Amino acid sequence: MPNVSAFERLPCRPQAKVTVFVEDDPVEMQAHDSAAAAVLAAGLLPSRTTPADESPRAPYCLMGVCFECLVEIDGTPNQQGCMIAVRDGMRIRRQCGARDMHGEGPHGDA
Amino acid sequence: MTQATTSGSRTADVCLVGGGLVGMAIALGLQRHGLKVAVLDEGDIALRASRGNFGLVWVQGKGDTLPEYAQITRRSARLWPDLARRLRETTGIDVQLEQRGGLYLCLTEEELQARTRMLTRMRDAAGGDYPFETLDLAQVRDYFPDIGDEVAGATWCPEDGHLNPLLLLRALTEHFRAQGGVIDNGGRVQDIDRQGEAFRITTPAGVWSCAKLVLAAGLGNRELAPQVGLSAPVFPNRGQVLIAERVHHFLDYPTGHVRQTGEGTVQIGDSKEDVGFDSGTTTDVMAQIAHRAVRLFPLLRDVKMVRAWGALRVMTPDGYPIYEASRECPGAYLVTCHSGVTLGALHEGPLADWIARDETDLPLEVFHAQRFSL
Repeated sequence: MPNVSAFERLPCRPQAKVTVFVEDDPVEMQAHDSAAAAVLAAGLLPSRTTPADESPRAPYCLMGVCFECLVEIDGTPNQQGCMIAVRDGMRIRRQCGARDMHGEGPHGDA
Repeated sequence: MTQATTSGSRTADVCLVGGGLVGMAIALGLQRHGLKVAVLDEGDIALRASRGNFGLVWVQGKGDTLPEYAQITRRSARLWPDLARRLRETTGIDVQLEQRGGLYLCLTEEELQARTRMLTRMRDAAGGDYPFETLDLAQVRDYFPDIGDEVAGATWCPEDGHLNPLLLLRALTEHFRAQGGVIDNGGRVQDIDRQGEAFRITTPAGVWSCAKLVLAAGLGNRELAPQVGLSAPVFPNRGQVLIAERVHHFLDYPTGHVRQTGEGTVQIGDSKEDVGFDSGTTTDVMAQIAHRAVRLFPLLRDVKMVRAWGALRVMTPDGYPIYEASRECPGAYLVTCHSGVTLGALHEGPLADWIARDETDLPLEVFHAQRFSL
């Protein structure tokens, strides 16, 4: 995929590489990276839309406070991407609007 | 009205102590009478019950031992649509008022029967004019398809509703300021002195002079009321509230313990704890609150909590408000209650009219604090 991200990785001690999928596109990350970092590295903009007025948002505080980095991770919606480390094969998708509690796979009630 | 003039002080027709929902609603109502109103607010070190509110405009069951309280509660509920409309028109803020009825969910048959008996007594006391229904689980499902199987039933009242209390506080404050009202956050009122026809109120930021004084300081009224010949035996009662992530709309009506805001946030309450002035949260109580919510609505079990808080209700010994004018210091009024949202429209309307004109059709005689010393 074309990488439109303005984020560049600073020099750091190399870690094990993992591949995650951001909206089905593979992105190579390091094992200590967060899912929000993967979203930024992939240039996924917006990475969510708000429930209140569907305005476009992207990861912001990166420390668990602002909830702007909400994404769907491995089928579970409304996950704080900045608080979750990447795993090999992780699938990250946009969180569009509010979470739908009905028909959510293994944990849903529908 | 004549303005008090004391050198070195700021003046207003009415000084109102307490910038919460109760104080701001009355302040707006006083402005309707053309009065110059100053709100003296302690600042953000205050206990701030209005910031911890659950947001119900609730009728059913309120006043089960005092018909006058049921009356003023229902009167306020009827006044709410007009106040919400005026706030929207003047400030552009929609306080998200919905009054399409509410349900009080019961997990046991005993609880459901006890509530039905209570509401039946209230209907009798109101001469038959007290709308409610008792619903079994199948009937509750018509209102809430996601209701849990453990629920025994609910009591339904078409006059119940809810709103967003933080938006309400902002709308009241903005409208008050836009009409020239002054909010002085200079700190806690230190002293109230009566000089002739005027009150002289000392705060860390200076002195105010006014002809009328309204005490709406929540738990702070306890210390303030005796300075103007009144008594406010109020004490704190803590409620903890959980806030869950925003989810798709699944609740069309508020319930006594769970409601969903206009943005999709799920608000879950609450507790009633006698823990003094501690407004903190505790894991055991939060767990109890969450456990009950999941029994009521099992789909909440995977929903994430994002916040929790404790707030202190302003309670009197019988749980009912105090509305009283001082005999010893004419011009001083005491207002305290723990339903600042539900009673907000009453406070902005007929209660403010009473303070402005010293006459009312409200049954205020039953809300004197003297009832606690009989």
